[in-house]
Amino acid sequence: MNRKIVNKRLDSLFKALGILTTVFGILVLLVLFIDVFLDGASRLSMNFLTSFPSRKPEAAGILSAWVGTIWIMAVTALIALPLGIGSAIYLEEYAPKNRLTGLIEISIANLAGVPSVIFGLLGLGLFVRWFNLDRSVLAGGLTLAILVLPVIILSTREALRAIPFSIREASYAVGATKWQTVYFQVLPAALGNIMTGVILAMSRAVGETAPLITIGALTYIAFLPQPPVTFSGGFPFMHFSLQGLFDPFTALPIQIFNWVSRPQKGFSVNASAGIIVLLGITLAMNSIAIILRYRQRKKTRW
Amino acid sequence: MFRKNKFQKLKEDLIEKLLFLFSLVSIFVTVGIVAVLSFETFAFFKEVSLLEFFTDTQWTPLFVRKHFGILPLLCGTLLTTLIAMLIAFPAGLISAAYLSEYASEKARGIIKPIMEILAAVPTVVYGYFALLFVTPLLKKCIPGMSGFNSLSSGLVMGIMIIPLISSLSEDAFHAVPMGLREAGYALGSSRLQVSLRIVLPAAFSGVCAACVLAISRAVGETMIVAIAAGQQPRLTFNPLVPIETITAYIVQVSLGDTPHGSLEYRTIFACGMFLFVMTYFLNIVSYKLRKHFQQVYE
Repeated sequence: MNRKIVNKRLDSLFKALGILTTVFGILVLLVLFIDVFLDGASRLSMNFLTSFPSRKPEAAGILSAWVGTIWIMAVTALIALPLGIGSAIYLEEYAPKNRLTGLIEISIANLAGVPSVIFGLLGLGLFVRWFNLDRSVLAGGLTLAILVLPVIILSTREALRAIPFSIREASYAVGATKWQTVYFQVLPAALGNIMTGVILAMSRAVGETAPLITIGALTYIAFLPQPPVTFSGGFPFMHFSLQGLFDPFTALPIQIFNWVSRPQKGFSVNASAGIIVLLGITLAMNSIAIILRYRQRKKTRW
Repeated sequence: MFRKNKFQKLKEDLIEKLLFLFSLVSIFVTVGIVAVLSFETFAFFKEVSLLEFFTDTQWTPLFVRKHFGILPLLCGTLLTTLIAMLIAFPAGLISAAYLSEYASEKARGIIKPIMEILAAVPTVVYGYFALLFVTPLLKKCIPGMSGFNSLSSGLVMGIMIIPLISSLSEDAFHAVPMGLREAGYALGSSRLQVSLRIVLPAAFSGVCAACVLAISRAVGETMIVAIAAGQQPRLTFNPLVPIETITAYIVQVSLGDTPHGSLEYRTIFACGMFLFVMTYFLNIVSYKLRKHFQQVYE
């Protein structure tokens, strides 16, 4: 009888410990947010968003950083999305079970575990030096695209695998070809989960710092890459140009890193303000993904 | 009708070929990583002997008197990883056990997304947190502590890794058949006894897989240590002094203007190769453990 009481006590003790540990993580997150907010909120202003970096902390802003981040993300998404979703479709719907398929699977599993700084070294050796892209937007985008590729492939495969086989069989039964089945039945059904995975992968890319530093992205840039569309000059008033892809860039996390590593107090305030912006972007993307997944789960009843 | 069929067939074939090409990119990337790293690493070892690399106790490639011993960098990496794991193993496992065995469905629904957000915070933010919040806090308790140290970066890294261990271990706990638990309860065991003596041993290989993956993540973690641990390669296990990890060294050199093709430039590829091999082995071990675990319960 005595032992039963002891066991019960131990049980509730462990439960309390479990709650405490789990809450500890959440508490740290909260402290982090509050700390960053208290330090940086005063610095956050329109001026901060529209100024270039400067030697004087009060005058410095994140204009080149966030524009660079948008450039990099656009390139990353344009490359990684088709490649990643295409690979996943091939592996789930088409691939025969042979040694080559096995090799592809092993490569993807392996790439998913490679530290991000190694992708930076690959970018440095391959894109920056060998392809001679220098420290351009394109080199940075390609590097991050390769980094998120395995993440997108893995999540897309999971989304495709969740679609029951009967849907495909029904499509074949009415005479659809393989691609028609994939394009008109499987992909639309899996779209919600694919989007969730893609958004999470992109939100990871937004915060990646190490690979971009490794390929040599500059930390001080006082100009923007040439925009792809300009409205000026003579007829036809709209000019398209991809020259911006080959311009040097900086990105939000790099700018933050640069400010964090300076000893002056003013720059660490700037860093916190930059972090508020960066956290805002990542948290917004993550919330969208979580809500999307939640709604998808409620909607689907196979 | 016939022509349309032929066109359709062609289109189907083309799409399949294209998708196949897409999936080959992953192989190319893997080959590319190994090729780039090996190419520069071989060039590096033409000038520096393997013996020096693995036995010299100093790492000073950027000084006049150059030494190329990886040991101090490796020591820094192991030290921060060790500190991180001292936090992440117990915390991750306890919270996984709580979420899987104790928590109500409602509590899980709230806690798990928050854990995901904890894992989604960019590492540069954690670096800021380690340098400008945790270190000043610790300095108040430990007066002799240096502004850059492995303790605060290790602690923050551990907190960052908790969600990884927690969610993977929870999956492993979840995969343990209900029948095993019910058998335990039928014999009059408490929840804690069932968790520790039935579920944990049954899920052991899955939990080990999670822990090994966490080690691999900590070894490759870059920004936290680059910001908060310092830039002084040092063969010490003192957590209060500045050190440098392998990853932080790569960042340090990348920030400078090291001329392409120089020996200093090649050191980061040699370091990268070393890091790649290390994490590769850890990932393989984790993968094998997970496969073993899946075989038992599927």
